[in-house]
Amino acid sequence: MGVETNEGLLSSDQDTILNAAVSDIKNKGFIVASADKLFNWARSGSLWPMSFGLACCAVEMMHAAASRYDMDRYGMLFRPSPRQADVMIVAGTLTNKMAPALRRVYDQMAEPRWVVSMGSCANGGGYYHYSYSVVRGCDRIVPVDVYVPGCPPTAEALIYGLLQLQKKIRRTATIAR
Amino acid sequence: MENSLNEETSNFCSIIKNIIGKDVVDSKIDFEQFQVMVPAKRIYDVLTILHSNSSFCFDQLMDITAIDYPDLSPRFEIVYLLLSTSTNKRLIVKIKVDEGELVRSCENIYKSANWSEREIWDMFGIFFSGHPDLRRLLTDYGFEGHPLRKDFPLTGRVQVKYDVDQNRVVYEPVKLIQEYRDFDFLSPWETSFSENENNKDSESDQN
Repeated sequence: MGVETNEGLLSSDQDTILNAAVSDIKNKGFIVASADKLFNWARSGSLWPMSFGLACCAVEMMHAAASRYDMDRYGMLFRPSPRQADVMIVAGTLTNKMAPALRRVYDQMAEPRWVVSMGSCANGGGYYHYSYSVVRGCDRIVPVDVYVPGCPPTAEALIYGLLQLQKKIRRTATIAR
Repeated sequence: MENSLNEETSNFCSIIKNIIGKDVVDSKIDFEQFQVMVPAKRIYDVLTILHSNSSFCFDQLMDITAIDYPDLSPRFEIVYLLLSTSTNKRLIVKIKVDEGELVRSCENIYKSANWSEREIWDMFGIFFSGHPDLRRLLTDYGFEGHPLRKDFPLTGRVQVKYDVDQNRVVYEPVKLIQEYRDFDFLSPWETSFSENENNKDSESDQN
């Protein structure tokens, strides 16, 4: 069952696959498919980010979610609770005072979970790199999957980063993470 | 200077001086803003008078800030920015405070002073007596030092990271991978300012 090949299939092709699957079930009682691909397809198709904004980057994150760029069409819905979220977008300056709270939010997220570091401040402290109160990169607190550069990154850049995250998830060959 | 001012402003200045009376140590007009310096011990009384005055009722305290002059003897200057909403007039009141000196809190005159004074305590370490809840306002819980003092290091003394073994965010001494770069914006072909001045002097000597 080619889950990854169902893009651009003609209806006749889909019919053949469907008929083959139905006949397999009729004859043997089961069908064989690659579960990891199915899982990854499902996971990358419903990346629910935690709505968690720290600074001005959060405004660009909102733009990405709003009607013009519309993250909803990739199945990305902002969730108000970390327990319902798959992705945390660290959007903005992470201060020393906020760091334990950010880590707690990350710890509350259920596996599998991913982190997107958005903007210069989250990537490496950015403008506030030498400040006494700012964490020099949110990867000192949480493991980061995708870094989106920019100050702030445009909504397009964030969407690009999230699409890269989708690609990364699809590449994974294991179910457990 | 006084001549260039219009009548209204000079009138305002003289009325304010009259209201505060003998507590005016110094007064001047900077950037079209009238400011008075008063003794630090008298700040509570001065603010009370300004708050309750009938002609200029300074009913809002916009902000309190402080300045650190590490070389001066009363080290800090505290600046009170007042606004009279009925007459649309602003007034700057300044006091000079030394390190460790107590300043009387004006929280029961202006409620907004609560957080402003907490911020000054946090950033400069100036203590306000009679404040209901003088905790740090902005910096991290358990933060040491007062960041806006000139002798506070720019990058602070601690940084945070997540410790995998302890399962929590821990503090460690600051370790910079790259040193802070001080850009002087001078052309590499030119020498420093002082040497240039010396050259100019020698040229003028030759002339």
